[in-house]
Amino acid sequence: MHTTTAAVEVTALHKRYGEKVAVQDVSFTVRQGEVFGILGPNGAGKTTTVEAIAGLRRGDAGRVRVHGIDPWTDRAALTKVLGIQLQEAQLPEKITVSEAFELWSALYDDPVPWPGLADNLGLGEHVDRRFGKLSGGQQQRLSIGLALVGNPRVAVLDELSTGLDPRARREVWQIVRDLRTRGVTVLLVTHAMDEAQELCDRIAIVQHGRIAALDTPDALIRATSSATVTTFRAEVAVDLQALRELATVSEVRSEVGRIVVQGTEDAAVQVIDELHRQGVRPRDLRVVEGNLDTAYLDLTATATATAAAAESTDDVEEIR
Amino acid sequence: MSSPTTAIIRNEARLFSREPVAVFWMLAFPSILLAGLGLIPSFREPDPNLGGQSVIELYVQVVVLLSMIFSGAQAMPEFLISYRQRKVLRRLRTTPLGPSRVILAQVVVHAAVVSLAALLCLLVGRVAFGTPLPEAPVGYALVYLLALASMMAVGAVISAVAPNATVANVLSMAVMFSFMFTAGVYLPVQAMPDALQTIVSFFPMGAAAEALNQAVLGEVPDLIHLGVMAAWTAALSLIAVRAFRWE
Repeated sequence: MHTTTAAVEVTALHKRYGEKVAVQDVSFTVRQGEVFGILGPNGAGKTTTVEAIAGLRRGDAGRVRVHGIDPWTDRAALTKVLGIQLQEAQLPEKITVSEAFELWSALYDDPVPWPGLADNLGLGEHVDRRFGKLSGGQQQRLSIGLALVGNPRVAVLDELSTGLDPRARREVWQIVRDLRTRGVTVLLVTHAMDEAQELCDRIAIVQHGRIAALDTPDALIRATSSATVTTFRAEVAVDLQALRELATVSEVRSEVGRIVVQGTEDAAVQVIDELHRQGVRPRDLRVVEGNLDTAYLDLTATATATAAAAESTDDVEEIR
Repeated sequence: MSSPTTAIIRNEARLFSREPVAVFWMLAFPSILLAGLGLIPSFREPDPNLGGQSVIELYVQVVVLLSMIFSGAQAMPEFLISYRQRKVLRRLRTTPLGPSRVILAQVVVHAAVVSLAALLCLLVGRVAFGTPLPEAPVGYALVYLLALASMMAVGAVISAVAPNATVANVLSMAVMFSFMFTAGVYLPVQAMPDALQTIVSFFPMGAAAEALNQAVLGEVPDLIHLGVMAAWTAALSLIAVRAFRWE
């Protein structure tokens, strides 16, 4: 069971770099022991937000507390409770895995025994290898290990699984689940939908420096126009326009012989009624839950279309 | 058990030992150069133009300075700039250690290696060519430490102002050759024409070369030399602290 004590509180955080507003009025509370996802396209303000939480940046306005500690004024206290894996941060070329773990262990009062951690991260056989000789995925896993070796109460993992192969990705996911079991609060910054959906208790979707939505993955999916995806085959022509006009339907398209209908939770029933009215008998009918992908695109589409269609094209590309 | 500070110093020492190029130039090369120069017979003869000292006697102090020039102008900035570029400093900001401690550790390691090289130079000169050890050892040590402090400050400034490794390299080369010149690597300061000698002694290595030699002869080093080194150290440290960026 989770307690309701706040591990991280962000209140009305603002940050701008010159003219560019990076974070605008962001507020959220992460409960102790929760896995909290921060999801959004590149440049949405995710990293700025966690950097403010980790004390690497000061906000222009607002307030951050991590277990009651102000990261902007008391970094010494913060570093004892918060461990962070930074995007792109590297180690000296010639330090070995075991030396890095030893060094990091010496920096904390109550480190976890690192050999177990290294094994869990699949680094057990590479402890004598130098950082520069590790693969990108191994470097990434070492970085995660160093964030956790100090036995932090809050772990911030920024782009946790970027550059990992599918198996390593699963292993890293298991580590996050283990942290959750041990009651460690995890802040997961990601732009991988499946990862967020798989691991997070709640997700904040950040878009253009603001929180566009904040809820459990299920609720986020349910709340969108694409909570369900209904697909079927038809042997006769179907009036797709009539399907599109149904109140519960958000999108209809034809895909390699199948008709795909996205809509709210009640869309499937309405679709079947409409097909019945058209005298069409659907074959191979399937109704599946929408995923976070569609929810995400749905939630960010309006803002993207109006605010910065051109600018965010790349981001949307990357997310797919 | 080890405290964070000793852990990081041990770590930096180990990483330094894995850089054979830095180890060679800082630790071995000055003594090798001294041994090479000592093979020239005329360098071993007392020279009336040099107040009765031999050229090789002067060169002992020059090669003592050479190691710290390699360290401050080249090796230490290389470490620190790569740490900044690889975001190691940024990574350390998120740990209880803090990034300033890694710089301290680098200074400690470099100072230790450079000092070891200096002892080696004094030893090689003494054993191979019978050059005198400092008659005023306390004065010698004081001058040495001031010179070392000024070179560490030079290293800090290069690390602070160079935005990347390429610029750092250019700066390092420029600093290294001018400091080698003022230290007397190409021509010992005491053998320079008077006007040049005066100019050179307003630079930290020139002042160090003069003051070290005075201590060898048992004289009290001129205050002006100590002042020059102290002023350079203070000014450079200030610049470094102002300009240094962790990221």
